[in-house]
Amino acid sequence: MTIGKSTPAFSLDPRLFQIAALSGLLFFGLTQRAFEIELSHAAAILVAACTAQWLGSMMVASPLDLKSPVITSLSLILLLRADAMWPLAIAAAIAVGSKFTLRLGGKHIFNPANIGIVSMVLLTGAAWTTPGQWGTAVWFAALLAGAGLFVTQRAARIDVPLIFLGVFAALLFIRALWLGDPLAIPLHRLQNGALILFAFFMISDPKTTPDHPVARVLFVAATATAAFIMTFQFHLADGLFFSLAAMCLLRPLFDWLAPAQLYQWGDAPPSLPRIMNPIASSTPIQNHHPGRLT
Amino acid sequence: MNRSLRKNLLAATAALSVTALTGGAVAFCGFYVAKADTKLFNKASKVAIMRDDDRTVITMANDYQGELSEFAMVIPVPVVLEEGQIHVTENAIIDHLDAYTSPRLVEYFDEDPCVQYERFEMAAPTAAVEDAAGEIRRKDSLGVTVEAEYTVGEYDIQILSAEESGGLATWLTQNGYKLPEGAESTLGSYIKQGTKFFVAKVNLDEQAETGLKYLRPLQIAFESPKFMLPIRLGTVNADGKQELFVFTLTRTGRVETTNYRTVKLPTGSNIPLYVKDEFGDFYKSMFSEQVEKENENAVFLEYAWDMNWCDPCAADPLSTDELRELGVYWVGGGQTEIMPRRPMPPGGAQDVFVTRLHVSYDAEHFPEDLMFKETGDRSNFQGRYVLRHPYTGDASCEAADAYRAELPKRFEEEAQTLANLTGWDINDVRERMNEGGQSFEKPEKKSWWERLWDNDKDD
Repeated sequence: MTIGKSTPAFSLDPRLFQIAALSGLLFFGLTQRAFEIELSHAAAILVAACTAQWLGSMMVASPLDLKSPVITSLSLILLLRADAMWPLAIAAAIAVGSKFTLRLGGKHIFNPANIGIVSMVLLTGAAWTTPGQWGTAVWFAALLAGAGLFVTQRAARIDVPLIFLGVFAALLFIRALWLGDPLAIPLHRLQNGALILFAFFMISDPKTTPDHPVARVLFVAATATAAFIMTFQFHLADGLFFSLAAMCLLRPLFDWLAPAQLYQWGDAPPSLPRIMNPIASSTPIQNHHPGRLT
Repeated sequence: MNRSLRKNLLAATAALSVTALTGGAVAFCGFYVAKADTKLFNKASKVAIMRDDDRTVITMANDYQGELSEFAMVIPVPVVLEEGQIHVTENAIIDHLDAYTSPRLVEYFDEDPCVQYERFEMAAPTAAVEDAAGEIRRKDSLGVTVEAEYTVGEYDIQILSAEESGGLATWLTQNGYKLPEGAESTLGSYIKQGTKFFVAKVNLDEQAETGLKYLRPLQIAFESPKFMLPIRLGTVNADGKQELFVFTLTRTGRVETTNYRTVKLPTGSNIPLYVKDEFGDFYKSMFSEQVEKENENAVFLEYAWDMNWCDPCAADPLSTDELRELGVYWVGGGQTEIMPRRPMPPGGAQDVFVTRLHVSYDAEHFPEDLMFKETGDRSNFQGRYVLRHPYTGDASCEAADAYRAELPKRFEEEAQTLANLTGWDINDVRERMNEGGQSFEKPEKKSWWERLWDNDKDD
C-alpha cells in the first residue's frame, strides 16, 4: 500500500497548529502556577531566535519565515530556565543558528531547541531544565495539546511520539517488573510533563528525524532506549535531551542507510513509504536504495 | 540467637547519592520576631546533604524518642563505606542549620500618616569508594555478606550486601531488627540496583560514655552519581505521613526534585497581629493546607539562600567550622570566623548555597525515592510572614482620617489571607482580630469643618 501526496484536510502549515498548541500549553502552565516564567526571559528567547533566523535567512538568501523560530522559542520558554536573560538568549541563538550552520545532506543535524538546551546545560550551568515542575494537571494538558495537535495535522508523524512513548514506557515497566517495584513507580515516571512535551513537540520534528519510515522507527526507538539508559544507568537528570542530541549526530547514518525524500513543511503525513511523487516538491529525490535497511 | 531485641526499623533515609523574592531582591527592612523550626513537627527527620559533583556527605538526624536499646536503622547506600567515611556529629549543628533556614515572622510599624517622608528603597544587596572495607567479610547461607563492621561514636554499624531480599529480611530478623510488612520487596528492589545496606544500632556502653540522653546525627561520606534520598523503606512502616526536612549545601545554586514538583511555600503575606503568639500553629496549619492544595505530592521549598548572609536573620549563618563538619570541604581550612550577617562583597567568603526542602510523605503519594538536581538558580527565597502594626498615636489630619478609614479593609485582607493560607475559619480569625484590637468597624467620618476648628473647641 502506498500513499502519495494526499491533500490534507487542513492545507495550513502544520507549524501554525504547533504554535497554537504550544502557546496554549504555556498559557495553561502559567495560569496553573506551575511555571515561573518571566516575561523578559520569554522576550529574550524570542528576540534572539528571530534575529538568528533573520541573519541565517540573509546568509542563505532565502525568504524570512518566523514560524520555525517561534516554535523553537516556545519550546525553550517551556523547558529551559535561568536566572539571567543571557543564557536563554544564547540558547535560542544556538538553537536557530545550528539550523543554518550545522548541516549535512541537505538537512540540519540537530533538533534546534534540543541543541540549544543541551549546549547551555553542558557548557555553562547557568541554565537548567526543570523536569519535575509539571504537576499532573499540566501533564494532562500537555498530553491533550500534543494529541490534539496530531489530530489536526491528520497524524503527520504521529508515529514518532507514539513509538517514543511506547518504547520508553515498555522499558520503565520492564525495569519495575525486574526490580519488583510497584507499578505506581513507572506510572509516576510517565506522568512527567517534560517527557510528554519532548515526545510530542521536540523529537517529532520531521526536519530532524529520518525520512524513511523504517529508519525513523529505529531512530526513535534508539533515542528512547538511550534516554532510558542515561536516566537510570548514568543518573543524568537531562538524559532525555542528551540522548536526542547524540542520536541526531548519528542520524545522517540512518538517512544514508535508508534514504527517502526530504520532508517539506506542509507535506502530507510521510508515515508510510512513498514511491515517486508526481506532485513533486522542489526538493530532488535522493538516490533510493530500497531494501538496504529492510 | 533470637535475642528479642525488638528493634524498630527507623525510617530509612539517605543513600548515594522552590517567586516572591527572586533575583535582585528588595532588601528587607522589618524586624525579625519569630521563627518556626522543625521542632514543631513530631517524627521529623532532618537530613543535610552536601553535594558537589559526585561528592556527597549526608548527615542524618532524627527525633527518636524510644528506648535507645531498641533503636535501629537501615539505610541503603551506594557503596561499601570505610570507617573513615562514617562520622558522628553534634545535634547543635543541624539545629543551627534548621534555625537559620526556618520560615520567619517579621513585623513593621506604620509611620504617623500625617508625616510625609520621602520614600526610599533600601539598597538591594546583590547576592549574588571503593569496596575496600573489611577483612571481616563473611557471607552466610542467607546470601548476606557483612562487608564491614565498625563502632563509630555511640553506634555499632554494619555494612551489608545481599543477594536477595528474602535472605536479607531473614538476616535482619534474626539479628533483632523488626522488619515491617512489605519491606521485603522494597529491599529486593534496592538489592537489584546494586545497593548496599548501612545498618546501625546503639552501642549502649559507648552511648553511656557520651553522657547524652539523645542520639547524635550520623554522617556518611561517599562518591556517587546518584543525587537522591531513599525514602521508600521509610514509607513501609509508617503510620501516617512522615515529615522530612532536607537541607542541601551546594556550590552552584538551588536544589530541586526532578521526579516531584518542588513548590515554593507561599511567602511575604501580611497576616493578623495575633499570629505573633501562635506562629508555630500558623506555620503547621499553613503547611498542611498547602500540602493539600498541591494534591499531597509536592516537595516544598522553604529557604534558598547564599550562606554568606541572611535578611532578616532567623539565626546567624553557619560558621566555616560548622559547614566543614557538614561536609562542605571547600570552605575554611582552619579559620573559625563567624560569617557576618550583612552581605559580603561579591566573591565573598564562602561559596555555599543552602536549600531547605520540606516534604510530608507517604507511600501513596511518594512511590519513588526523592531524586534531586542542582540548578543554577541563585535567587534568594525565604518563607516570611509579615505583621503590620497600625499607627496608634494621635494623628489629626486629612491623611490620618483616610489612613484610619482604610484600616478595616486592610484587616479584612489580612483575615482573608490568613484563612486562605491555613484553612482556618474566617469568622474565628475575624473574632480573634477584633479581640486583639484590629477592628473591622469603619471609624466615624469627621466632616472637613469639624477638623477646621478642632483646636479651638473643647468637645
